[in-house]
Amino acid sequence: MVPEVPVPGVPATIHLTLDGRELTARAGQSVGAALTEAGIRSWRRTRHGGRPRGLFCGIGICYDCLITADGVPNLRACLLPASDGMQLTSTGSELTPTTDGGVA
Amino acid sequence: MSVQRSGVAKQPAYDVAVVGGGPAGLAATAAAARLGRRVVLIDAGAQLGGQYWRHANVSSAGPHDHVGHRDWEVFEALNERIRRHRQTGAAVHVAATQVWFIEPPGSDAGEPDWTLHLAPTCGAPDDRMPRTVRADRLILCPGCYDRQLPIPGWDLPGVMAAGGVQALLKGQRTLAGKRAVVAGTGPFLLPVAEQLARNGARVVAVCEASRIGNWGRHLPTVARTPSKFAEAASYGWSLARARVPYRTGTVVMRIEADSSGEQVGAVKLGRLGSDGRLRESSESLDVDLVALGWGFTPALELVSAAGAETRVDVDQSLVAVVDEEQQSTVAGLYIAGEATGVGGAQLALAEGELAGIAAADATHLERSRVRALRREIRRLRAFAVAMQRSHPVPPRWSEWLTPETLVCRCEEVAYAQVSEATSDLAATDARTLKLLTRCGMGWCQGHVCGFATATLAAAGQARQLNAEDLRPLAKQFPCAPIRLGSLLEH
Amino acid sequence: MIGAGAVGAACAYFLTRKGFAVHVVERGAVAAGSSSAGEGNLLVSDKVSGPELELALYSRALWEQELAQYGELWEFESKGGLVVATSAQAGRALRTLAAEQRQRGVDARDVEPDAVTDHEPHIRRGLAAAVHYPQDAQVQPMLLTAHLLRLARAAGAVVSTGVNVTGFEVQASTESRRVVAVQTSQGTLACEQVINAAGPWAGEIATMAGVDLPIRPRRGFVLVTEPLPPTINHKVYAGEYVASTQSEHLGLEVSAVIEGTKAGTILIGSSREHVGFERRVSLPVLRAIASAALELFPRLAGVTLLRSYAGFRPYSPDHLPVVGPDTRLKGLWHATGHEGAGIGLSVGTAKLISQAMAGEGTDMDLAPFSPARFEAVAPA
Repeated sequence: MVPEVPVPGVPATIHLTLDGRELTARAGQSVGAALTEAGIRSWRRTRHGGRPRGLFCGIGICYDCLITADGVPNLRACLLPASDGMQLTSTGSELTPTTDGGVA
Repeated sequence: MSVQRSGVAKQPAYDVAVVGGGPAGLAATAAAARLGRRVVLIDAGAQLGGQYWRHANVSSAGPHDHVGHRDWEVFEALNERIRRHRQTGAAVHVAATQVWFIEPPGSDAGEPDWTLHLAPTCGAPDDRMPRTVRADRLILCPGCYDRQLPIPGWDLPGVMAAGGVQALLKGQRTLAGKRAVVAGTGPFLLPVAEQLARNGARVVAVCEASRIGNWGRHLPTVARTPSKFAEAASYGWSLARARVPYRTGTVVMRIEADSSGEQVGAVKLGRLGSDGRLRESSESLDVDLVALGWGFTPALELVSAAGAETRVDVDQSLVAVVDEEQQSTVAGLYIAGEATGVGGAQLALAEGELAGIAAADATHLERSRVRALRREIRRLRAFAVAMQRSHPVPPRWSEWLTPETLVCRCEEVAYAQVSEATSDLAATDARTLKLLTRCGMGWCQGHVCGFATATLAAAGQARQLNAEDLRPLAKQFPCAPIRLGSLLEH
Repeated sequence: MIGAGAVGAACAYFLTRKGFAVHVVERGAVAAGSSSAGEGNLLVSDKVSGPELELALYSRALWEQELAQYGELWEFESKGGLVVATSAQAGRALRTLAAEQRQRGVDARDVEPDAVTDHEPHIRRGLAAAVHYPQDAQVQPMLLTAHLLRLARAAGAVVSTGVNVTGFEVQASTESRRVVAVQTSQGTLACEQVINAAGPWAGEIATMAGVDLPIRPRRGFVLVTEPLPPTINHKVYAGEYVASTQSEHLGLEVSAVIEGTKAGTILIGSSREHVGFERRVSLPVLRAIASAALELFPRLAGVTLLRSYAGFRPYSPDHLPVVGPDTRLKGLWHATGHEGAGIGLSVGTAKLISQAMAGEGTDMDLAPFSPARFEAVAPA
């Protein structure tokens, strides 16, 4: 990778997971970059063809790289900053049935 | 009712709101603030700079991060000026924030000024961020992104927009692949290939669909913009040194998966004859990265939402109509940078500064500067036109599509469905084609497939692409996706 | 045939089947107007007993039988409707309406408040009443229109888009006036009969023919969410919607209408306003729609909104469609004024017109829909 000079006070490495698999990232990186460097190129499947999708436009335009982070769906991996302890999941948006009086 | 109302008080109105923190937006902000106006700069990025000066997170930046950035000193100077304006309160920077709707003065909101509705670029809003910003004048500098054409296999992981590959390098220090082909048209392919090679990737080819001879007709224009020539020459020199083959009249006409079927493995090349016809070549290149770009598409959703008039530019992009002061057809709305016609960062800087001066009502105070800026804009615009004419989208690009090729990646609409709609179902225009096939109706709302869809609609009628084809694919509301609940927060 | 929306397309389809030579002229593109701006409702649930309900039931039978073979082409889905009431008072009104509808042959099944989540797992608890209408259905209106026109073309119809109607040629005698041709931007089309199926623009066409037709545009917005796995099974709406469709109110009316689509998106309506043909997005209206929808489905607050669209319903002052010959001008027919029900009622309307035009007995009495009811009104 491109040479990097560590900055004092900033952890050089942070830890996160994708569907339980452990990954590391450099501080300040996007989730998309961290996944790319981990050799992961897709983390979502299309809803009709089941096609694998990952980074395409890389700048927040195409929404191909959507990912769920800490339970929040539909985040763009290319823009989302990676943070320590972040739990990424490749499932998309889905509503849970009403069981609690229906108040969100 | 589950909707939470935010506790944020209504923001006071600013004199000028600038949307977009790239070259145009920075120049506009600095100019308006210098002229004593209170400016709010809203930018989707976490850091200023836009796509052009995208750089690694400053909190963990290395000392060499600016390497490969052109005009980095210009950015540093602008950034420093804006930082000082922020200290005095003349400028406010709202970062990592997207505008999801614009209400013009006197609309249903009943406000006498522009109202911008905001949402965070990532995740849910927190209580500190303003939900709306109001301003007397509005300057839109939304920039642009890579224009794409569908290619068989272009939705495989490992196929990326050329700008996205560059963004990973410039913003993240991440290489998107080890063995790359860079393909499409336009001078932007050169720096992408050069940066890939410099950072350790093997670039097996740059495939430029156009022929270099196209530039021959525009030599006088090029001579008036020597810096552009020097820039191209320096990339060319770097590529030659890295032994990167630069092939003109060549396209990637098919992208194939590797043995896993889950990512790109190879590309098949094609040659474009002087008649524009595609001839398949037997040549195949093994790659794990394909970087594609066919010029740029201005981001026009805010321009459309604000009601400004648009037109088709030389490069067939939909762009905003502006006057000599960068004012759009809507009073009080100024537009600068790529949204008025793709032309690069230098042009964007000049247009942004002029828009900043005009929005500050100061053109009469700054006569000589305004004259110089207009001269600069004319000179660079002429170069941009020469560039666009020299690097057109291949007119017969649809010849490389197969019936299975996805035209719309989001909704997975195949070319066969598009053909059926234009022939059997009488889709005579892009709006009808979109509504019949769902092209452009998914997550990206036509940002990626809009040009291709509009072009195929026009081609189905054997006529030239026009603004009416492009307009239905330029998104209007919301300008950025928002949670339904956020619609109610204000 | 003036207008290539769902009604015009259906008329072209049924008229070619009766052997008529049909020429469709359309100012814009196929289904460019109201037909591309709705949800594709085929509803019986929102009709109070009367001629419109009869036309809905008649149309319903056509969708299910005569046109069943094409259902997949236009994504016909007999998804059923679920009408809910949040207050005790609205609940009583809903039950009364359902009882009346049952008398007219509508399948309307009362659902106990506790059992509502069996039908819609994401709906809020504590509703006062709900009625399930298994006969409510949906089509994709663009595909419907485009395929009906394709079928009509295959049977000899000519469809000309991008052609403006500019006037009529009328032959006047002492007893009557008769249309002999339609003038268009592309020349004059001689014809024996003209059908005005211009939707909310039908009043303008009528004016060109020298007759008054009080059809006006009634604007509506729809919000469209991100595509989701199947989340909402029925067309779900608040009982107040029925009152809203029937109201005389000229201001803004909003009532929640929520449904999933085959594409996975959820469509959220509805609003009704008389603002002419003003297309600009009105944030206060969209907010009112979202707010009403979230009252029924609070969890939708976290779902992403991708787009919205606006359209204009052809509003008729007495809430009845205008279908049949205009006695003021021989040869002129109208097929408009269906307000928000034009997609569902298009096929019934068209088949009845084809029967009347062929001089046959009609399956249903057209008298309640006759344009004659407006003839006392002097031309504007």
